Amino acid sequence: MTIPLPRPTSLSRPHWDGCKEGVLRVQRCRACGQFVFIPQPICTRCQADALEWVASSGRGTVYSHTVVHRPPRPVFPAPYVVAIIELEEGWHMLSNVVDCRPEDVHVGLPVEVTFRPMSDAISLPYFRPRTPRPPAS
Amino acid sequence: MARRNPLHEVAIVGAYNTRQARVLEQPETAVLLDAMRGALRSAGLSFADVDGVNVTSSVRRWNPREVVQLLGGRPCWTGVEIGIPAVMEAAFAIAAGLATSVLVATAQAAEYTERNLTAPWTRPSNEFVECWGLYTAAEFALIARRHMHLYGTKPEALAEVAATIRTHGAKNPDAVYHQPGKTVTAADVLASRMVADPFHLLDCAITSEGGAGLVLTSAERARDLGVTPIYLLGGGVDRQGMSYVGPPVWDRYGAVGGRAARLAFAQAGLGPADVDVAELYDPFSFEIIRQLEAMGFAPPGEGGDFVMDGRIAVGGELPVATNGGLLSFSHAGLAQLLQKPIAAVQQLRGELPAELTVPGATVAIASNGGAGALFCDVLLLAREPA
Repeated sequence: MTIPLPRPTSLSRPHWDGCKEGVLRVQRCRACGQFVFIPQPICTRCQADALEWVASSGRGTVYSHTVVHRPPRPVFPAPYVVAIIELEEGWHMLSNVVDCRPEDVHVGLPVEVTFRPMSDAISLPYFRPRTPRPPAS
Repeated sequence: MARRNPLHEVAIVGAYNTRQARVLEQPETAVLLDAMRGALRSAGLSFADVDGVNVTSSVRRWNPREVVQLLGGRPCWTGVEIGIPAVMEAAFAIAAGLATSVLVATAQAAEYTERNLTAPWTRPSNEFVECWGLYTAAEFALIARRHMHLYGTKPEALAEVAATIRTHGAKNPDAVYHQPGKTVTAADVLASRMVADPFHLLDCAITSEGGAGLVLTSAERARDLGVTPIYLLGGGVDRQGMSYVGPPVWDRYGAVGGRAARLAFAQAGLGPADVDVAELYDPFSFEIIRQLEAMGFAPPGEGGDFVMDGRIAVGGELPVATNGGLLSFSHAGLAQLLQKPIAAVQQLRGELPAELTVPGATVAIASNGGAGALFCDVLLLAREPA
């Protein structure tokens, strides 16, 4: 038994293809610079027909988190950490924080993306703690 | 010139809940028929009086046009909304002259059968959600956690909400968790097993089966029915996107329902201080703290303090979820949405058990939804017309 995997659409395929290649892709508006996630046909800030796919740094921090003890399906081995990740570019996505103890996750924890192949078509982006880089001088 | 508000021309005349239970062992259609007949009985009306229908069910999937066939296929207005917006939509239809009396009802039975999974309505299979083990408890926990981080809101405050509402339910013979003589304490909530932190089991809505129905008619006609009409003072609908398709980011969604409440209060010419009873939507304990802030009952960040010391219990300053709510009365998939305005009507009519009645209550607020789901709808109801 495996976890339910996303089924890419024509809209979302560049994101999932990126995950397969080890790149976290997100849409950005050429007109106003807004990052847009989840994938959309137009910019959600200025409504311009000007979205392009760009690579995120894959680095961010934990914006909010919960340790799930009662999973929706037994296939998810509890406890596990569900989190909203705030990426460096200022956009947010859901994921799991892995490679650490659930009790060590806190708001503001620096994390980076790590991809795990789940099927021929799908690698899922997860996040793990990272050592924060010193601020640029 | 003051703008005419169609809500002010309409009254709720019938409000009814079927028996609610963890498992009813009754066909869903039978539950739905009970909801329809009970609502009409409560209104002093019969099927022959109905010319507007918004009746649905979860599993058998009764829809309003199909239900019109049960009324002989005579021409009727039909609605499409659910919950509070269904009540408002019916009122608009009546005020516009498209219908005279509208029956709004829904029921669910035997939807939740795979008990090793969470209830089907808690786990939508969306592309950027499902694969990370998200479901409703986790979505609402992500909202609660951010509030706790920003304002220092304590698990004890969440537990106080759950304990208060569950104690209301314990006193209600119609509640699924009716437990005569039982006082649920915050310690009970904190001692229950963790589901998705900060939510313990008793912070979360129950799962159950049941039906509910409401009847609306013109305020003018309502006065001749021999029942106590409850009037609509105002309403609002806040929708910020689809539920459970992306991250519930507090900064963007944490105040959902605030605009709806401001609109409803403006229509009523009232403010939060005028509300006697608050039938707020309680899928998870924290959602009450959030709504109290978003709707102006407490300043931002102070909802956790507001709920302490019995303030939201019957007998307190602002009784919340007086029938036991989704945490104890029932959470039947969709019926619980209608059960919020129904609880408000029953409270204003004095139909709840004496122990749970708010003496002299004249104005009630009801809500649906929450920040984890990116929507929140508000309805203001009263014993006297606007």
